Amino acid sequence: MLKGKVIKYKRDNINTDEIIPAKFLNISEPRKLAEHCMEGLDGEFSKKVRKGNIIVAGKNFGCGSSREHAPVAIKASGISCVIAESFARIFFRNAINIGLPICELKNATPEISENDELEIDLTKGEIKNATKNKVFCISPYQDFMVKLINSGGLVNYIRKR
Amino acid sequence: MNHTITEKIIAAHCAPKGEKEVFPGEFVETDVDIALSNDITSPLAIKQFRNIGVKKVFDRNKTVIVLDHFTPNKDIASAEQCKFIRQFAREQNIKYFFDGGNCGIEHALLPEQGIVLPGNLVIGADSHTCTYGALGCFSTGVGSTDIASVWASGKVWLKIPETIKFIYEGKKNKWVYGKDLILYTIGKIGVDGANYKAMEFTGSVIRKLPMTERLTMCNMSIEAGAKSGIVEPDEITMEFVRRTKSGRNLKSKFMGQWLDLKSDRAVDYCNLVEINVSKIEPQVALPHLPSNTKPVSKLGTILVDQVVIGSCTNGFLEDMRIAAGILKGKKVHKYVRLLIFPATPEIYRQSLKEGLIDIFIDSGGIVNPPTCGPCLGGHSGVLAKGEKCISTTNRNFCGRMGHLESEVYLSNPAIAAASAIAGRITGVR
Repeated sequence: MLKGKVIKYKRDNINTDEIIPAKFLNISEPRKLAEHCMEGLDGEFSKKVRKGNIIVAGKNFGCGSSREHAPVAIKASGISCVIAESFARIFFRNAINIGLPICELKNATPEISENDELEIDLTKGEIKNATKNKVFCISPYQDFMVKLINSGGLVNYIRKR
Repeated sequence: MNHTITEKIIAAHCAPKGEKEVFPGEFVETDVDIALSNDITSPLAIKQFRNIGVKKVFDRNKTVIVLDHFTPNKDIASAEQCKFIRQFAREQNIKYFFDGGNCGIEHALLPEQGIVLPGNLVIGADSHTCTYGALGCFSTGVGSTDIASVWASGKVWLKIPETIKFIYEGKKNKWVYGKDLILYTIGKIGVDGANYKAMEFTGSVIRKLPMTERLTMCNMSIEAGAKSGIVEPDEITMEFVRRTKSGRNLKSKFMGQWLDLKSDRAVDYCNLVEINVSKIEPQVALPHLPSNTKPVSKLGTILVDQVVIGSCTNGFLEDMRIAAGILKGKKVHKYVRLLIFPATPEIYRQSLKEGLIDIFIDSGGIVNPPTCGPCLGGHSGVLAKGEKCISTTNRNFCGRMGHLESEVYLSNPAIAAASAIAGRITGVR
C-alpha cells in the first residue's frame, strides 16, 4: 500500500525536458538529479517535495525524450507514485524498469486536488482519495510487476530470479 | 491471417524463427539486430549492465554507441561521461563505436553507414530511434535499463503495437517536404495521437518521396507518441541501401526479400488517415508543442534571433542543398545567428565538395561539426531569455533550446534559410 499527499500539475503533455532539463543530463547520480527534478515546470518542486508524495497530472505524462533520468529524478525525490490520465510510452517503460510505480486514472485531474491524501493498492487496482472519501478502480498490477517494483526495478528483479 | 509489415518484422525475430504469428496487444520476447545508445543514455545503461553482473555484451558487432549529444564535450561533467563510455567501449571491443572524427548524429549516421537495413529489429536508448523505419525496419526508442538488458541478453520484450495507416495522395506544392507532411500530420492527430502505436506511411506521395524525407517523417513519429514509424521498402530504399558503406557488398537476394516486405492488403488497421497533400503549404510548429502547427503564410510577424539547420531530422545532404539554394548570394540578417550542422562527417565532406559550405560562410552562417548540441539546449546555440529561434529540429517544448522563456519554431530547411535572411519567419519568395 502506498500512502501520500498529492502534488498536482493539472496540465497535459508534461514532457521530459520539463521533468529534467537536458542541461542536467551530464549527471547520472540519482540524488543530484533529484535536486533539479521538475525544474522546467516548477522551480519550487525540489523544496516542497516530501518522501511519499504522489504526483498527479493530465494526459501524456513524460512525453519526449527516452532519458531515464526523468523517472530516476522523480523516484529519487521521494515520490512514491505518479498518477496521470495517460503516460507516454517510453516514460511508462522506464518508470517500471527503475521501480517507480505509476498508475493511469482517466479522470485524475478533476477528481484529485493538491494536498489530497491518497492510498494506492497496486495489487488490488484501487486508488482511495481519503480526503474526498472516494475510491477509484485502476488496472491492477500483474504479480510480476509488483515483484519488479518491490525489488526496486528490472535489474534487481532479474538478479533475484 | 493478414499482418502489417511491423507485425511481420517482429514475428520474424521471435523464436522459433519465421513460425510465429503475432497480434496487436500481445507481449513477446524478440531477438535484437542492433542495440544503440549515445553519450546521454549510455552511462546509466553501463551502470545497470554492471548491476546485472554479465561480463560481455551479447554481440560486439550488434552494439552501436555514438557520442553525439554533448560532444565535442561542452563541460567537464560531459567529458567524464564520455571517458567512462570510451573505457566501456574499449573493454567490450564494440565494433560500431563512433567518437571524435568519425562521429555523426546517430540517426543520420546509422543509415548512411548501412548499419541498419530493411527488415531489422532495432532498439535504441534514444527516442528518435524510430527514424530507421524509413528503411523498412522495426525500430523503437527505449531507456537505459532496457538497453542494459539487451546488452546482457540480446533480447527485448515488446507489446505488439496496433498500426495506424496514413495515406498521402495529391501533388506536393513547391517548398513542401517530408518535414511539412509530418508536421501537418502531428498537427492533425496531436502529440499523443499515435501513443503506443505504429505509424505506417503510405500513398503515392510517399512512394515518390526521397529516402531522406522518409527518414525525416519516421524520425518525428515519436512526436505523435508513436512506438515506431515505417515505410514499406521499394526501389528508392534499395537505391539508398546500395550506396551505403556496407550496401555495396550486399547480395541481390537480400534486396529481393526486402522488396517483398509489405503489409498484407486485407489487413485491419486500427485507423486510416487520408491526407490530401495538394492543400498543404510549408508548415511551422509554434511554441511549445510540435502539434501546434500553422501554414507559414498564416503567421504574423515573428522576429527571430537564431536559426538552426541540422539535427537527426533535417541535417542530411539534401537539407544542406536546400538551405544553400536559398542562401546563395544572400546575406543572413544582421540581427540573426545562423547555425548549420551537417549531420555526419560524410555529409560535411560532400557539402564542402559541392561548395555548400562556401555558400553558408559567404552568407554569414556558422558551420558547426556534427552534433545534437542546440536541439536539446545542450551547447552550440543555447538561447537566452526571450530569444526566438526557427529550427529544423524536432521538438519545441518549453525551454528545449535554453532559457524557459525562449521560444523554438520548427520548420523545413527552406523556411529556416529564408527566415535567416529576412530576420523573421517567412516563406520562400
